[in-house]
Amino acid sequence: MVDYRIDRHSGVATYVQIVQQTKQALRLGVLVPGDKLPTAREVVEATAVNPNTVLKAYRELEREGLVEARRGLGTFVRRSLGAAPADSPLRAELEDWAARARESGLEREDVAALFTDVLEKHFQAPQSHQPHQAHPQGDPS
Amino acid sequence: MTDPAIEATALGKRFGRRGAWALRDCSFRLPAGRVCAVVGPNGAGKSTLLALAAGLLAATEGSVAVLGTDPASARPRVGFVDQDKPLYPQLTVAETLRMGADLNPGRWDADTAGRVVAGGDLDPGKRIRSLSGGQRTRVALALALGKRPELLLLDEPMADLDPLARHELMGVLMGQAAGHGTTIVMSSHVVAELEDSCDHLLLIGGGRIRLAGEIDDLLAAHARVSAPAETDLAPHEVVESRTTGRQLSALVRPAGPLPGDWRTAAPSLEELVLSHLRNPEAPALAPTPAHDTTEAAA
Repeated sequence: MVDYRIDRHSGVATYVQIVQQTKQALRLGVLVPGDKLPTAREVVEATAVNPNTVLKAYRELEREGLVEARRGLGTFVRRSLGAAPADSPLRAELEDWAARARESGLEREDVAALFTDVLEKHFQAPQSHQPHQAHPQGDPS
Repeated sequence: MTDPAIEATALGKRFGRRGAWALRDCSFRLPAGRVCAVVGPNGAGKSTLLALAAGLLAATEGSVAVLGTDPASARPRVGFVDQDKPLYPQLTVAETLRMGADLNPGRWDADTAGRVVAGGDLDPGKRIRSLSGGQRTRVALALALGKRPELLLLDEPMADLDPLARHELMGVLMGQAAGHGTTIVMSSHVVAELEDSCDHLLLIGGGRIRLAGEIDDLLAAHARVSAPAETDLAPHEVVESRTTGRQLSALVRPAGPLPGDWRTAAPSLEELVLSHLRNPEAPALAPTPAHDTTEAAA
């Protein structure tokens, strides 16, 4: 189950935060196909955001083919994102690497800079995907 | 077709025959299922508007329809929490809830009312008289929610609450809206407090409606622009403009595409509200919703 946390001061539209956090959960394997997303009611009781904001986020996820709404049952995950579940061997290797980096005295920012550098070298910059709304603050994750 | 939750037509209220108008020429339509923020400075007419919709005041001119009928006939389906949270001081919390059950036969939702009170760790045997302001607010909200109203009118509901209780009770209110399609109207003079929870706005200033409509539509109808000083902003409607040195910054309602060499940005809700309140002569705006079918939460 995902637990949405809304940051009112992030400058990112609330529904975009819900979309991003769902995608993050899909990437990490916290959510897998067949899982049920929390109902709009559960989300709004926990976050105090407007119900339509949650429905808008779920519609966006549905439009991208990640989830589907089943009438009377709820919203379910259709497919996962990426191939980086939390328990993959690649993650274990990265953990190992991060631990070594720390032992050798690197600071958090040093590690982030290194990682970004390697990332840029091996991966094309993503097609920055903006939700089709006029919210300029949407942060392409 | 569902009736609008509230429909006001040229509504006005004056206290006393020669008194000043507390509210005048007020026309708007609030569709059912919305969560509406009533925002405005102190003394703007927010409480008067809510009391008129609750049927506790009679209009001096114009009219207001509530849930498709007059406010008095709608009263069994409407919950109202006044700013002062009137309760019987000598009753205990438990007795107050029992009174709610007795006064609303066939409608009373004891679970919801009990849950709202339980969230505050309140001793049911305590008398209302001995409760703090925030605890009283909680009991008053429990009473209003237990009625399972179709329309909930809340005058400054969050003013007495600590941040934790505010978040929790706002969550309870949003849960009602999501679960039962309850229309909620709540007033505040703090916009930020309501921004994430509301989808509809009524901005009142000086006894008149300044902005009314879906928050998304209202935001989309305005732009924040910066351009060199001396720039002529016509034909765009100017809400507020200020020149600092060589720079002109303004909040406008674009009448068409804006010139490419102006820097533009979307305003925040707070900017929109403050600009209108600082400039009482800026014309009112009440766009009619293009889509009146936004589904209430399933």
